[in-house]
Amino acid sequence: MGAPWRVTRTAALRVATPWLVPVLLLAAWQVAAQAGWLSSRVLPEPWAVLKAFWTLAASGELWGHLRTSLWRASCGFGLGAGLGLALGLLTGSFRQAETLLDTTLQMIRNIPALALIPLVILWFGIDEWAKLFLLAVGVYFPVYLNTFHGIRSADQGLIEMARSYGLSGWPLYRDVILPAALPSILVGVRFSLGLVWVLLIVAETISAQAGIGYMTMNAREFLQTDVVLVGILLYALLGKLADLFSRALERHFLRWNPAYR
Amino acid sequence: MQVNTLPFEFDIPPPALRVAEAPLKRQGVPLTLDRISKSYGQRAVLQDLHLELRAGEFVAVVGRSGCGKSTLLRAIAGLEQADAGQVRVGHGAAPSVRIMFQEARLLPWKSVVDNVTLGLKRSLNAAMATLHALGLADRADDWPAELSGGQRQRVALARALLHQPQLLLLDEPLGALDALTRIEMQQLIETQWRAHGFTAVLVTHDVQEALTLADRVILIEEGRITLDLPVDLPRPRARGSAGFAALERQLLDRLLQPRPSV
Repeated sequence: MGAPWRVTRTAALRVATPWLVPVLLLAAWQVAAQAGWLSSRVLPEPWAVLKAFWTLAASGELWGHLRTSLWRASCGFGLGAGLGLALGLLTGSFRQAETLLDTTLQMIRNIPALALIPLVILWFGIDEWAKLFLLAVGVYFPVYLNTFHGIRSADQGLIEMARSYGLSGWPLYRDVILPAALPSILVGVRFSLGLVWVLLIVAETISAQAGIGYMTMNAREFLQTDVVLVGILLYALLGKLADLFSRALERHFLRWNPAYR
Repeated sequence: MQVNTLPFEFDIPPPALRVAEAPLKRQGVPLTLDRISKSYGQRAVLQDLHLELRAGEFVAVVGRSGCGKSTLLRAIAGLEQADAGQVRVGHGAAPSVRIMFQEARLLPWKSVVDNVTLGLKRSLNAAMATLHALGLADRADDWPAELSGGQRQRVALARALLHQPQLLLLDEPLGALDALTRIEMQQLIETQWRAHGFTAVLVTHDVQEALTLADRVILIEEGRITLDLPVDLPRPRARGSAGFAALERQLLDRLLQPRPSV
């Protein structure tokens, strides 16, 4: 009778343990705010943040901002990661392409995406394209580098074997080289999915009429610290969701690898 | 890919059991190495090497490490280009040559059955029959990572056999296996060789393995053939027999001789 109970208890513990620290922090925060150690100008109590969240959600304002931010993040990510994947495959697979492009790309890589903001504003003004450009540039390089590395470090023994079994051209690429590069490509994707939210915060503070970044900046102007916190926590939540998404990708595509099961 | 393995369990008797009654197939081709030379930089690995194999013959190549036996095999497979000389496999165009490496070299992202059918179209039935013959039918849907080292080499053997090789090259495929698994694999290779009658070249450093499997044992020293020993023992060979022990003694003595100073 004892064993099944122990199994469910360890399972429950495994689910609960990661949340222990956040919950304790939250409790300490609430107590500190109620005892008056924290001024609400500095940090409002969690309950006030929750209320602000509820008000924003009920009025529908939150969802509008959330939709805008999500749309920007996915477009920027799609653009940058897609380009990074395509060029990484190109330079990884063809020596000539590497000789031609890699030096240029390595130089551009060392320019921080955020240093481009003044130029971007001059080029694109302050509309959507400026933000998408920033996101795409930032997301591009992790995917590009990891794709290139993945293709180059594909197991030569497997490629030799596949060739001796009559594979060449596209079948060789599809069945051997691409799957061999996939773990590395997914590392790039995961890194980029985290980066896209960081860049989005900055991009949405340039000048925006909607988005979580805009909501947060706006709230700062009016000293609504509770709304600022709602924005910050939303970013944390979205980042976590992006991470879960990339983990799901890994579990699906790398299910043959015992390390990802 | 999901494959229902059940029908095969009942319909197809394992070929291994039919060997005795069925006439042996003869899919082997003759192989001629005509004065092959190969060097890496200053170091000559193969020097003017000449070797002829009859169709369906099983030849083992032994020698110390670095004597050039693996290079010889890779030259036959076309994985290395010889500097001089010619490799002739069979008479017709495009003979089917397959190689088994020391590592199984299975694609880890493909299931066992997909690994076996690599490079072949619509060969699922044949693949399942081959896997069945090698005792792997119930592992068809598993990932290679879930198999033991011996099972992986069996999958690699199945993959090679499914291509109906006329010439099968074995590059120390059993070197990394434990002693028991190795003996099992040797029996399996012998059975399959007798069933299909392909020509086989086995590179090994294991004298017993060479004598168990081969019709002829070739010794390579410093890129040359220095001994060509026919093994006239009835199969399957018993390691303990007097004839076996005598040949083993002879080969080992030759191998352990102090090398003439160059």
